[in-house]
Amino acid sequence: MSAAQPIDQGDPPEHGGAPMRPPSLILDVVVRAEFHVLLIVSTYLLFAGHNSPGGGFVGGLVAGAACATRYVAGGPAELRRSIRARPTTILGAGLLISVSTAFLSLYNDGGFLQHRLLSVDVPFIGPVKTSSAFFFDFGVYLVVLGTVLLILSVLGSPTEDDA
Amino acid sequence: MFWIAAVAPLATVVYAAVAAGRLGADGVWIETYRWVPVLGLDLGFRLDQFALLMLVIIGVVGLCVFTYAASYFHDGPEVARTAAVLLAFAGAMVGLVLSDNVLLLFLFWELTTVTSFLLIGTNDEQVGARSAALHALLVTGGGGLTMLGGLVLVAQQAGTWSLSAWVSAPPSGTVVTAGVGLILVGALTKSAQVPFHSWLAGAMAAPTPISAFLHSATMVKAGVFLVARLAPAFSTLGVWRWMVLGAGAASLLLGGYRALRQHDLKLVLAYGTISQLGLLMILFGAGTTEMATAGCALLLAHAAFKAALFLTVGVVDHQTHTRDLRQLTGLGRRWPVVTAAAALAAASMAGLPPLIGFIAKEFALKGALEEGVPGGRLLLVAIVVGSMLTVAYSARFVWGAFGSPDPHHGSGFEHVGADAPHPSKVFASAPVALGIVGLVLGLAPMLINGLVGNAVAALGYVGPAPALHLWSGFNAALALSAVVIAGGVVLFLLRGPVERFQERTPHVPSALRAYERGLQGVLVGSDRLTGVTQSGSLPVYIGVVLLTAVLVPLIPLLSQGGPEEWPALYDSPLQLVFGLVIVVAAFAAAMARRRFVAVLLLGAVGYAIVGMFVVQGAPDLALTLVLIETLGIVAFVLVLRHLPENFRPTMLPGRKLVPAIIGTVVGLFVFVFMLTAGSLRDTSLSADSAAAAVAAGNASVSQEYLVRSEPEAKGRNIVNVIVVDFRGFDTLGEITVLVVATLGVVGLVRAGRRRDGEPGDVGPGDAEPAPMMTSTGAAEADPEPTA
Repeated sequence: MSAAQPIDQGDPPEHGGAPMRPPSLILDVVVRAEFHVLLIVSTYLLFAGHNSPGGGFVGGLVAGAACATRYVAGGPAELRRSIRARPTTILGAGLLISVSTAFLSLYNDGGFLQHRLLSVDVPFIGPVKTSSAFFFDFGVYLVVLGTVLLILSVLGSPTEDDA
Repeated sequence: MFWIAAVAPLATVVYAAVAAGRLGADGVWIETYRWVPVLGLDLGFRLDQFALLMLVIIGVVGLCVFTYAASYFHDGPEVARTAAVLLAFAGAMVGLVLSDNVLLLFLFWELTTVTSFLLIGTNDEQVGARSAALHALLVTGGGGLTMLGGLVLVAQQAGTWSLSAWVSAPPSGTVVTAGVGLILVGALTKSAQVPFHSWLAGAMAAPTPISAFLHSATMVKAGVFLVARLAPAFSTLGVWRWMVLGAGAASLLLGGYRALRQHDLKLVLAYGTISQLGLLMILFGAGTTEMATAGCALLLAHAAFKAALFLTVGVVDHQTHTRDLRQLTGLGRRWPVVTAAAALAAASMAGLPPLIGFIAKEFALKGALEEGVPGGRLLLVAIVVGSMLTVAYSARFVWGAFGSPDPHHGSGFEHVGADAPHPSKVFASAPVALGIVGLVLGLAPMLINGLVGNAVAALGYVGPAPALHLWSGFNAALALSAVVIAGGVVLFLLRGPVERFQERTPHVPSALRAYERGLQGVLVGSDRLTGVTQSGSLPVYIGVVLLTAVLVPLIPLLSQGGPEEWPALYDSPLQLVFGLVIVVAAFAAAMARRRFVAVLLLGAVGYAIVGMFVVQGAPDLALTLVLIETLGIVAFVLVLRHLPENFRPTMLPGRKLVPAIIGTVVGLFVFVFMLTAGSLRDTSLSADSAAAAVAAGNASVSQEYLVRSEPEAKGRNIVNVIVVDFRGFDTLGEITVLVVATLGVVGLVRAGRRRDGEPGDVGPGDAEPAPMMTSTGAAEADPEPTA
């Protein structure tokens, strides 16, 4: 145990991100390579969820896991660099999106949370069919991602033990 | 701000005038909009002549109060808020008098409660104002909830939620009697009747314009309004007579008596309001045409004189910065116009001719002298004595505020008022106008004859209401009036001895003290309850949660009586392998000395279960669980940094035994439960058999989802369709809980860090393990795809 020193209160502007162990070059490189791949996988899971294994919940967990690998490799500073938005913002945005989807379905005589099929003509790609349930699922995705980020950043913020 | 807000009461007055023209003598205007038909809650409004009378009162007094408040409040950021809340308060009262649906009425009723809470607590930096606001909220809010129960009871018996239908065809029976009793509790609390009166005296913590409005036209009049509405239907019930007439008479006497010892002008008026409301309760509660006529006249008179007097106190307070009648001297000579208006208003309150208050009191006495009035002579005596007290405190008010120094109070009081600045004309105009209204209506009662007569008819009384007139010849009522005035004057002259007598006699059953004791008791009790149930020990919490989860489903499980047939031991040899891993890792985790090892072993258990899912053909579950396990281990590791490396060795044998027993019980229970539940289900979930079952009409939930997933929700992944569509509502709730829990974890962790003064000494204390539990708990409470 180290000597007493001021405790870190959450989000310091610059702490240097003291990692828990000496940074490993291999780990660092591998994580940088796989981080974006994992994010793409999570996006795929989110979109594919309605018809094959996946969904917003799993997608959010994968994205959270991707951020966790960044954290393991480089500590809190690296975590903050991986996703710029504040975790609480992501959390709130997710809940807002899901709730507003639920309310939007009241529009046009639908019931609360009654999803409908949407079809959009995207230029160069053609008609894309999706359901309003996708946006609901996207909200779930953001909530899960925000939760993981928030827990990592709060439990993992550098403390006296890391000094 | 208040000038802008004054447009609303002005519009109310204009609307009332227009509506009066359109409505005719006995017209009724009903508008109903559907809102929540399932609950019987409709936006059902009904304008009749009695509602019109209330509208006139609210509008006219509101207009005076708002224009007055424009000069009373100095500009500031709070003024806009006060104006808005006061307007909402007035609006709620308008809605209340117009509602015909009783649930809607309740809604407006509680709206006035909530807005009055905000208004009484306007000066929120003062402790007294805050506790007075809370007092009003608890008493009137509690009364309102009691009333809701009564409304539901009566509505069930009557078969309708319409107030007018109740009156035209009153239901009866024991349930109705109980319901009416509960409704009356609401009305009595709202109108500050004994024994619920203490909140009104405290409510004078509000700024004076607000008090004026609250005491004269709104809030306390709501209870009187409801009693007036219900009286033709229920006034013959015994519970009605005891509660309305009993509480009314008690309030009439007690309020008047207490007003005689107050030194704060506002408190004199506040106790006067309790007294006058008691009289109104008696008049409307008696259930005879004569009394109701007197009630309507007094309703108008009281609104005018009480508002005028409160606004006068506001002027006095604003210009001299005191409301103590022992300090105020010489204002009468300095402000002749204000003094004259206040004297007119006070004379109307005292019931002196030729003011409207006198007419109302004459008709009240006349009504009480009639045959067939419940309570008979007793009620008459109460009215006479109460009116004497009213005369005495009215005189005390005028004398105290505007007279010369009173020798009864002795010296020792700094005298204020001789050099008080004059109020501006706009500021003083509202109380003066309201004071003059009392005189005009007294001299020309025919102006309101139509309004009052139609209102009485609209309430549902049969027989024509007697026409109001100032002079009705020498009769018993006039003689009683003379007795009242004489008695009141004597009481006023003896004000010194009366005051000293009151100070010497302790008022034993003090309603205020009862309220304070009750509140204290609730706080202490809940504190103790929290101490007992919230031990702060994580193992105890988990033990209680787990045992509850076992015991509650155990009851239906026992009635089911175990599995009917045992399933095959295994479907695939891989399951044996994974099962072995799970068992070994679980035992090892329980035996581990080091925390980190235990966490890793728990992870091993989790991954082995993932393998089980894969073998069973549940890719969604497997995918989710593998991620949960991974992130769970990361979270554990982060928390473990703050904990000692090893578990604490325990010397007590029970410390290890009890968790072991609980764990075994839970494990056994889950085993039996899964077997039983599994054997109860139709496990054939192939597409064809599911479709057949749905067609046959005996499909299980899972079969139905299977069939409906693609055609109805356009999704082939049933798990996802269940999560976002079929059971989307659950998911919505779950993510909300997740967000709240996460923010709670963050708050706890940060608070724990802040509290630990010694940063290096983060042991296995209370602060750190708690969030750890919550975080993993939240992860497990996530929307699991297995719905």
